[in-house]
Amino acid sequence: MSVFFEERKLVFPGELLAEGEFSPGANVFRQGGRIYASRIGLAVQEDHTISVVALRGVYEPKVGDILLGKVIDLGGTSWFIDVGSPYTGVLNASDVFGRGFSPQTDDLSRALSIGDMIIAEVLQFDRTRGPFLTTRGPGLGKITRGRIEKVTPAKIPRVIGKKGSMIQLLARETGCELTVGKNGWILIAGKSSEDEELVSTAIRKIEREAHVPGLTDRVTELLKSRGKRGG
Amino acid sequence: MSLKIVPDITRARIWDLALKGKRTDGRQLLEYRPIRITTGIIEKAEGSAEVSLGSTRVLVGVKVETGEPFPDTPDEGVLTVNAELVPLASPTFEPGPPNENAIELARTVDRGLREGKALDLEKLVIAPGKRVFVVFVDVYALDYDGNLVDASALASMAALMQARMRAYKVVGQEAIWEEGKIPLPIQHTPVAVSIGKLGNTLLVDPSLEEEQTLDARVTISVDEAGRICSVQKGPGCLLPSQVLEAVSITKDAASRVLQQLKEALPAA
Amino acid sequence: MKEFTRHDGRAADELRPIKMQVGLLDKADGSAYIEQGRTKVLVAVYGPRDVHPRHLASPEGAILRCRYHMAPFSTEERKPPAPSRREIELSKVIREALAPSAFLSNFPRTAIDIFAEVLQADGGTRCASVTACSLALADAGIPLRDLVASCAAGKYGGRILLDLDSVEDQEGEADLPLALMPVFDEVSLLQMNGLLTEEEFKEAFNLALEGCKRIYELQRQTLKEHYAAATRITEES
Repeated sequence: MSVFFEERKLVFPGELLAEGEFSPGANVFRQGGRIYASRIGLAVQEDHTISVVALRGVYEPKVGDILLGKVIDLGGTSWFIDVGSPYTGVLNASDVFGRGFSPQTDDLSRALSIGDMIIAEVLQFDRTRGPFLTTRGPGLGKITRGRIEKVTPAKIPRVIGKKGSMIQLLARETGCELTVGKNGWILIAGKSSEDEELVSTAIRKIEREAHVPGLTDRVTELLKSRGKRGG
Repeated sequence: MSLKIVPDITRARIWDLALKGKRTDGRQLLEYRPIRITTGIIEKAEGSAEVSLGSTRVLVGVKVETGEPFPDTPDEGVLTVNAELVPLASPTFEPGPPNENAIELARTVDRGLREGKALDLEKLVIAPGKRVFVVFVDVYALDYDGNLVDASALASMAALMQARMRAYKVVGQEAIWEEGKIPLPIQHTPVAVSIGKLGNTLLVDPSLEEEQTLDARVTISVDEAGRICSVQKGPGCLLPSQVLEAVSITKDAASRVLQQLKEALPAA
Repeated sequence: MKEFTRHDGRAADELRPIKMQVGLLDKADGSAYIEQGRTKVLVAVYGPRDVHPRHLASPEGAILRCRYHMAPFSTEERKPPAPSRREIELSKVIREALAPSAFLSNFPRTAIDIFAEVLQADGGTRCASVTACSLALADAGIPLRDLVASCAAGKYGGRILLDLDSVEDQEGEADLPLALMPVFDEVSLLQMNGLLTEEEFKEAFNLALEGCKRIYELQRQTLKEHYAAATRITEES
């Protein structure tokens, strides 16, 4: 049994990570008793599982994910939701209207129409169908105010920060409410559009400079100085 | 769509047999299906040939016209190959302009004939830089049961060998027709051999169901002296050792095809 | 003994100067750029994404689509923009070189689109394209078994040479483009046109394999330089 990397080493597709009785985790594959990386990322080992924390890659929905979505089409009894993944989300009419929904008498666009944004949870997904979404639950439903900022899903942890420190910093300094979707879409809802713009700017900075040390300080400075200019 | 899906049990049977050096139609691994070559079927064409490899059938017509040479080869006649995978040949062929498969087929046959110097293009010049003979080789698939490439290349070569154009003499910058017919300036006889790979087994002249099961295919063209004039790998991967093995199989397989070609066209 | 040098000063087994970059386009999911001598190719990857038209979608995995295209100003004589038969064939050949490297079955009902634009053509454009396409696929986060490295060898002036430029290709006796996935030693692109004896084929083939392995190292180096800064990002939890 051997492991061929130090923890969090940057690895590339085809790179040999381990040999022996290991389990393949995310973004690796097993062939001939060996485990290789399949995506660019940081190799990690947890007990007997070898995985790669991918630095690039499309959002792949998982059951239980909370995400933001945009209504892009209406079917007979469901809405089709763009969630920034190769698979279009489906929200059933019954989820919003309850069992009483009837296509003859009820109109889907009364509740949600094309262009509306929602916060939803992934109910079911297996790549052949779905993802099926739900808006039943605390904090879920149609988004009525605020703005959307998008980041690569791989950078979400940096936006949230250690134990939520970065996201709390953003909220505290601007008085905005932030909802970070697993798909990399972020809802910023503040008292003024200037406050929201400030958070947007900060998030774009985080995405650009995620790798440069001292980011927290620079973001703090950005938030405080803009705020002071009475913006 | 359904026609392109090979049942698992068929796939498994093909694999099992291959491991034992056998094939579903009883052939040896390096054996061609029965080859039939018929020439001169289309009287209005200068040359024509139909080849069948088992149930695969291809018809090639050769037309000779006059035209301009390519700018970078003013002292050479023009050879141009086109292929049509017409819908009558297979339930999976759709009508329309040549798709990537038809284009790849035409260009593979073209490379074999061109690099293999089937025709001495310098002998097809009327007025250098101005007027030359243009030889059109049009490949028509009639029935697709695997390995259109080899059948097309063989039919093209046979059609070129059988072709007769009007006799002519060059006067000034024009070709003036004379009595009688003359053959095209044939120089070499390149032949294409397609080899399929199933795991570690290589087999020659894949049938349709073999083609749909193979994990890789490579077509190698050689001339009568065994010189390699074209290689085209299809989808899939090969190990370097398998590539070299395929090359070493080709010469023998090609010589048997050449034998049949000679028997069909003794006069050429 | 005087070493043989080519018209551009290279040795028989020497690659042209190569420069590679990844992640240079903003809108594409993945991108890469390569310069190999005077050949320049830019590649963008979009996907996995929705398939249009829908009927092309496959339940078995992502469909891979590839467009190899030469810009009208890329060649000595202007090339008309419409796809030529050569571009159509090469699009197929390049796609078939890359498909075995990708875990397409991970993304049923989607498409992965690769666009390779030759900005300047000076020989070896299909090989340079494959090399850059593979980098772009990795940059897009498509799960891959390995990178695909591509290089050509050939015969010019009676000698077997590595990485022919356009002069050597046009006036030479044979050209052998090849692509390799080095980890599992798999050849995913192989063509030859010209005239070679079996011995010469073997020599050119082995030389091209060697060239691919060197290009593979350059690919990895390029990815390392671009993503190295990333080793300090993501969760600090």
